[in-house]
Amino acid sequence: MDDRIILRVGAKILIPYILLFALYVQFHGDYGPGGGFQAGVIFAAGFVLYALVYGLGNAKKVMPPAVVHTCGALGVMIFAGVGFVTMGLGGVFLDYGVLAHDPEHGQHYGILLVEFGVLVTVFGVMVSLFYAFAGRRRVET
Amino acid sequence: MVAITQITLLALLAVSAIALLRIRNLFAVVMLGGIYSLVSAALFTSLDAVDVAFTEAAVGAGISTVLLLGTLALVGHEAKPRVRRPLLPLFVVMVTGGVLVYGTLDMPPFGDPANPAHHHVAPRYIEESPHEIGIPNMVTSVLASYRGYDTMGETTVIFTALVAVLLLIGMGPNPRQVSWKSRGSAEPGAGPEDREDEPTEEAHG
Repeated sequence: MDDRIILRVGAKILIPYILLFALYVQFHGDYGPGGGFQAGVIFAAGFVLYALVYGLGNAKKVMPPAVVHTCGALGVMIFAGVGFVTMGLGGVFLDYGVLAHDPEHGQHYGILLVEFGVLVTVFGVMVSLFYAFAGRRRVET
Repeated sequence: MVAITQITLLALLAVSAIALLRIRNLFAVVMLGGIYSLVSAALFTSLDAVDVAFTEAAVGAGISTVLLLGTLALVGHEAKPRVRRPLLPLFVVMVTGGVLVYGTLDMPPFGDPANPAHHHVAPRYIEESPHEIGIPNMVTSVLASYRGYDTMGETTVIFTALVAVLLLIGMGPNPRQVSWKSRGSAEPGAGPEDREDEPTEEAHG
């Protein structure tokens, strides 16, 4: 796609805003629609767009497959880890109230952390799935 | 006005579903699938389920379409013509649909405040979550805190999907999938790292 200059320049302008919008959706999830699932997909869409326009090889240099595979597992670990931390602090599994002095603040911290875990997993899985599908050549018959 | 919008959107859904069934060109099918998702996202928005609509638009219309297009690049974009007349499947679908419609006759009216769904745990969430969790978006409170265990399960399901896909279609190109003819010829798409994979694959097999 080296000759499609409008596509390349257009994507270059769009991608930062897509990533920024994903972060907005993530951190505004407490106040409006959105949250980790949507933000993860939008964040992944930024990298998918990059891979579609600039090629899979360049995308894998920016975001190596090993990193996205690790992200897929890391998010679940963050989520479950928050659960174990609350257990260690004397609460029950995923009871965020014990994370801070004021239970309401604890709930805030807990929700932020688990939503971040969801973001990391969804982002990692979506980009990995795209790499897995796009990285294969057509089977000649 | 809301009713007209919803009926129009439902009609659009039905039209795109029928078109999906009739079209043989899989490229058009994938695109129509994306349109179907967008229309259902609009429908969810008109039903005040903005979080669901957001997810539907991002996942259904966005990522799924890209993944299906990636699949089409591998399998070609023309469906095989069907030879048999699917009478038995049609019968099964009609009977199931009829039973489902019969089931809806017993359901409480849509949007009625006296519905059982509004008297189970919903009042507690609405009354307690502003000072128990303290964040304005109640959907997030329910999703991440009251139902945090479920959400952890959902995250694990997504992770499991990753593991399944990686096990099934592997980490990138699998040299064994390429037939002997294209393997022998010098293929422009085959990068140096693809060739390096071959000895390790054969050592495993």
